[in-house]
Amino acid sequence: MQELQSAFWEAGRLLLTFDSDLTEIVFLSLRVTLSAVFIGCLIGFPFGAFLAVARFPGRTVIVVIVNAFMGLPPVVAGLFLYLLLSRSGPLGPLALLYTPTAMIIAQAVLVTPIVTAMTRQVVEDLYQEYDEQFRSMGLFGARAVPSLLWDARYSLITGALAGFGRAAAEVGAVLIVGGNINHVTRVMTTTIALETSRGNLSLALGLGLVLISLSLLINAAVMSLRGSAKRLAYV
Amino acid sequence: MSTQQGFAGIGQSDRTAPTPLLPVSLENVCFGVNGADLLHDVSLTIGPGNRTVIMGPNGAGKSLLLRLMQGLISPTRGKLTWRRDWNSRQGTQGGTPGSATGGMPSGAPPVSIVLQRPVLLRRSVAANLTHALRVLRVPRAERAARLEELLTLGNLQDRRDQPARSLSGGEQQRLATVRALAASPEMLLLDEPTASLDPQATHAIEGLIQSSHERGTKIVMVTHDMGQAKRIADEVVFVSQGRIAEFTPAETFFTQPQSEEARAYLSGQLVI
Repeated sequence: MQELQSAFWEAGRLLLTFDSDLTEIVFLSLRVTLSAVFIGCLIGFPFGAFLAVARFPGRTVIVVIVNAFMGLPPVVAGLFLYLLLSRSGPLGPLALLYTPTAMIIAQAVLVTPIVTAMTRQVVEDLYQEYDEQFRSMGLFGARAVPSLLWDARYSLITGALAGFGRAAAEVGAVLIVGGNINHVTRVMTTTIALETSRGNLSLALGLGLVLISLSLLINAAVMSLRGSAKRLAYV
Repeated sequence: MSTQQGFAGIGQSDRTAPTPLLPVSLENVCFGVNGADLLHDVSLTIGPGNRTVIMGPNGAGKSLLLRLMQGLISPTRGKLTWRRDWNSRQGTQGGTPGSATGGMPSGAPPVSIVLQRPVLLRRSVAANLTHALRVLRVPRAERAARLEELLTLGNLQDRRDQPARSLSGGEQQRLATVRALAASPEMLLLDEPTASLDPQATHAIEGLIQSSHERGTKIVMVTHDMGQAKRIADEVVFVSQGRIAEFTPAETFFTQPQSEEARAYLSGQLVI
């Protein structure tokens, strides 16, 4: 009990003094996760919208695969990426293994299916509502996608947030392709795992608190955004 | 509508299309869903000019007729022929470019529909209209002026920045109607546009319909409102159980209906 209490105090001290190790880890985590979410949205929004409006053979199969990939175990994603990026792998010459770039790619692999699947669902519902109106204006298929994405904007933010939540919380993929190298590829989740096993609870706890606060903050921001969108009758 | 003089740019009077769009002919048109025919052997020719009002009980197939003409659905059997062929994907076939159609590009569908429950985008009033103008490929330079014309026409200037979905029912319907007019359609289809509106809002919509008619747009409207039908109709199509029961000049229809169904409907009996 004593130990736990002192760990909390120490964690609080690290946070309040902006401990350099801690801030470095927090910033790298944010950089990796936000980049991954950005890439995930860049791919997921148009691809999801395309799946929502397009009708072609094999579409259902793709939708099922995308939905299944929402639950892709991060360690498995990390493993496959490791095989691709390792020195003897096909992408070995790029020398990306154990770099933040590899971690961004790994998390993008996890985030993209989530953003894609949620975009498809949201846009498909919207398309059903808009379909007749759009067709009567001569707006068909792919041409309707930008209009649909814009009108779904507030719901899409939720999709991006779900992606962020997944990327920020996962440890398996970044651990495998990042390697948890001090000052190079350490992020919050991998550090928490390592420091806990080493018995250094204060840093782990401090990072855990940051991680939770970050989640709360972002969720609150999105909730208030959706609230104002609802007031404007945009949802 | 006092605003209509300032609205010549969207008018039809300067339209000099080589081939008129109308008449449109439906020949033995059937439309069915899951094997059940909702429209049976409909044969009907709608010509230019006159305001055509479609009446009939619920489920008679009135809205289906409008959707067929708009190209939102295709006949299961039978044929629908326009004097000038067009389809909603390509706009007017061999249509005139740019200026000849009152500034409208040839890609814009010549027929526009106001649906019973207007689908407004989750944007401001002005953005709804700008979106329509963009979709209709109105050149960027002309959009601002067109937007002002449409806002004025719909008397929505004060509402331009308001989210469209927060408008009142009457304002939403006005917006939907001027949006349909953004295409400078040669034919405007309206599906019970005033079904849930109060008399004042109804009056505003009827004003829009009247001014479009005066600018040469062919009006085809579905309504259940007898007073409205009398105010607007030049001719009446009476639909009952998926068939055209009668198609007569309005005067005849309201005084001496030719069909049994219309007589029953007008005398307030239940027509099923």
